[in-house]
Amino acid sequence: MATRTITEGVTIARRRRLSETYIGEWIMTTDHKKIGVMYIVTAFFFFLVGGVDALLIRTQLAVPNGKVLTPEVYNQIFTMHAVTMIFLFIMPMLTGLGNYVVPLMIGARDMAFPRLNAFGYWIILFGGLFLTSSFLFGAAPNAGWFAYAPLTELSGPGTTSCGNAVMCTPGPNMDFWALGILMLGISSISASINFVVTILKLRAPGMSINRMPLFTWMTLITAFLLLFAIPSVTMASILILLDRHLGTHFYQAGFGGDPLLWQHLFWSFGHPEVYILILPAFGIISEVLPVFARKPIFGYTFIAWSGVAIGFLSFTVWAHHMFAVGLPLVAQAFFATSTTLIAIPTAVKIFNWVGTVYGGKLSFKAPMLFALGFIAMFLIGGLNGAALAIVPFDYQVTDTYFVVSHLHYVLFGGSVFGIFAGIFYWFPKITGKLLNERLGQVQFWLMLIGVNVTFFPMHIMGLLGMPRRIYTYPGNLGWNELNLIATIGAFTLGIAFLVFLWNFVITLRSGKEAGTDPWNAFTLEWDTESPPKPYNFLEVPTVRSRRPFYDKKNPETADWKSVTH
Amino acid sequence: MRMPLFRGMKRWGVLLPVLLLSSLLLAACGENSPSILNPAGPVALKESNLFWFILVVATIVFVVVEGLLLYSIVRFRERPNSTQPTQIHGNTTVEIIWTIVPSIFLFVVLVGTIYTMFGLTSFSSTGRPLQVRVVGHQWWWEFDYLNENFVTADEMHIPVGTRVEAQLQSNNVIHSFWVPELFGKTDVIPGHNNMSVFQADRIGEYRAQCTEFCGLQHAHMNFYVVVQSQDDYNAWVTSQQQAAASNPAGQAALAGRTLFVGSGGCQGCHGIVGVNLQDYHHLKGGSDASILVGPNLTHFGSRRQIAGGVLPWDPASCVVVTGSDGQPKIENPGSCGLYQWLKDPQAVKPGNDMNIRPLSDTEIAQLIAYLESLT
Repeated sequence: MATRTITEGVTIARRRRLSETYIGEWIMTTDHKKIGVMYIVTAFFFFLVGGVDALLIRTQLAVPNGKVLTPEVYNQIFTMHAVTMIFLFIMPMLTGLGNYVVPLMIGARDMAFPRLNAFGYWIILFGGLFLTSSFLFGAAPNAGWFAYAPLTELSGPGTTSCGNAVMCTPGPNMDFWALGILMLGISSISASINFVVTILKLRAPGMSINRMPLFTWMTLITAFLLLFAIPSVTMASILILLDRHLGTHFYQAGFGGDPLLWQHLFWSFGHPEVYILILPAFGIISEVLPVFARKPIFGYTFIAWSGVAIGFLSFTVWAHHMFAVGLPLVAQAFFATSTTLIAIPTAVKIFNWVGTVYGGKLSFKAPMLFALGFIAMFLIGGLNGAALAIVPFDYQVTDTYFVVSHLHYVLFGGSVFGIFAGIFYWFPKITGKLLNERLGQVQFWLMLIGVNVTFFPMHIMGLLGMPRRIYTYPGNLGWNELNLIATIGAFTLGIAFLVFLWNFVITLRSGKEAGTDPWNAFTLEWDTESPPKPYNFLEVPTVRSRRPFYDKKNPETADWKSVTH
Repeated sequence: MRMPLFRGMKRWGVLLPVLLLSSLLLAACGENSPSILNPAGPVALKESNLFWFILVVATIVFVVVEGLLLYSIVRFRERPNSTQPTQIHGNTTVEIIWTIVPSIFLFVVLVGTIYTMFGLTSFSSTGRPLQVRVVGHQWWWEFDYLNENFVTADEMHIPVGTRVEAQLQSNNVIHSFWVPELFGKTDVIPGHNNMSVFQADRIGEYRAQCTEFCGLQHAHMNFYVVVQSQDDYNAWVTSQQQAAASNPAGQAALAGRTLFVGSGGCQGCHGIVGVNLQDYHHLKGGSDASILVGPNLTHFGSRRQIAGGVLPWDPASCVVVTGSDGQPKIENPGSCGLYQWLKDPQAVKPGNDMNIRPLSDTEIAQLIAYLESLT
């Protein structure tokens, strides 16, 4: 029972404020840690939703002439699988981890704009629920996550009278998409501004830019990417809404508009977006590997600056999603070149991670397994991605299952492995409990096997001519076994995440106490309680090198004594 | 702590070779597949050569990097006697080397890419190029032979060894024109006059399918490219240029023709030269035939599939016989794709434009008899 002091010595009982109840504490909070947790939990919820979509897709395609889903439902499910995983799982999950960890890493007491931070979270929650609620109306987005016009138009250019019945998208499906994306964009912009200001202005004394942990670096780059990329998709969405409801014709060829305008606008968001989904995972890996190899990250400067290079180059490669649209050959050569260039900093990063592992004393705890799995799988995604930059070969495999394989090696083998490395690594900081190690290992091996069994056969499906986004296929084209194998792999992955869910529940109930520093880590977030108090640090630490907590624990061999940066 | 990890390492080491091996085996299984690795023309050949090239390069990189990673994992795992590792922060020489080496690899690949790209449509061929306008509909393909002056659907015939210039057009949404064994994709975009240039060097039939998501029945927008000898092709062209016989042989077929122009309501969407069209491009009465929504049926009987490749079409499995009531009927409706299609097109391909009134079995048999006569 709360009390209020009226005059000295006189207190009366009063009703508790909303912010003093358990639920209210979460609803009203502006604490970056609580908001981070809400982001992570929300993202995980949507991960399960998107995962069910994935299993439905694989069930439908397990055998030829599948009858599990109708074509309309299949088209909604494959669209929502991508929309959910990209916008409602990976993005908020990485934002959530950043929200929780970045202020702690840089020795700040909170984000720069705590209320804006809460605003960003609530917008993405409601935006996500709004998008998902479209299923209740049987009108989920159904034109693919990149929603190519003019398929997304409300009606055709005046020729509907003579048939072409399903020419466009007459239902509210794509309105859900466009409005949902607008809301998520608002959330991303507010979170990004917050990250930029927090990282640039609130670092602990002594933590110069080139002493920031690499996860902070990558979060900063990602925030800038979002600030420059989101306006493009926002504009594209507004124009399609105008086309649909106010009679404009931005994307309609019959009236002087151009369907390709959509593709240029979308992909000048869409390609930076790909790096928005992977750069923070690069950051997580760059935190986890050194701690479990017991040595500093190899080539800090090169990892940081290759991230910056990727950030800039990511705005110059968008049309490599459009090699088949008939651009002039010179333009295609330009985008093939820029795509080749962006592979160089990515390769540099991979070599530096291997260099970090090389010569270390490796402890294979779950976070390290996921980090190593990330390198092994992301490499495959990088190599088949480089193959897609070979324009004439890309003519053959674009829009086939080869691309589906590539993007899942990057986003699943890359981002999702990185995310789980981060979850296993920071879970003890966030909850004070260590996730069960044995279950973590089981989950890792199920995931490593599952990701390859699911997505490796898709390379071959693509080479054998199977297009993506088809709801069924005939049984005489040599695709049957490959599809069945991929479906088995998908269910293996499903089991892996059930193992994680079980691990999560039993750890919260009866997990091992973590203490402040279970991994003998190097960075500031471990130099405080688990979970940290609302003010984070009793005393803001002073930083003299890139590994401040290592220095504190090893005063004899501290980095600042031997290294000048 | 060590034991489970070491077991895990071995599994990891075994997994990748097994995957690679099984993938090769599976690739060998796909004999009927429209595989890009089975090129039947110069464009697809150049494209598939690039695949083998990048496969070799990527395999080298894969083996080196994963090998280095696996070696480090095994060699530097924590052991009871492990000492604290040296605290190395980096090495600029090494960084420069591993920036330059992948750059060289990538540059070589890039040169191959650009060289092939600019030369993709340079190949030797005989005779004048064949010009076909390819129109993407929702969800079937139409082929308009511009110089030969006829139109067909679902099946594109070309002569072997001749350069083909396909003009790609759509008045609805974006489709993508692709025959894996002959050439890579070019999108069919409203308002854009894209062109796909290719040639087939091997006689045969090649399956193709739309590859840009184009709505509900994107999965059912197939066609075949039929590559024929010059003589066979010429014969096919000559037959396609003929108008349909105005009086088909047989009572059932005649009744079918009456249905087509009359109570069946077919001619509102479909054209048959000599029946409701004066030629392939003009309706009787003079207006433009392109306002018709459905495929031209003038030589329907000579085609091999129905409705964007949803069902096979073979007159031999749709034999029309006279039933006990004296009316024509289909001998074995279960194996007749055209019967299923006319019985309920919305069940076969939900959402397509063929919204017809229910037809009786007799009417269906009459229509099939007529359509079979349109060879």
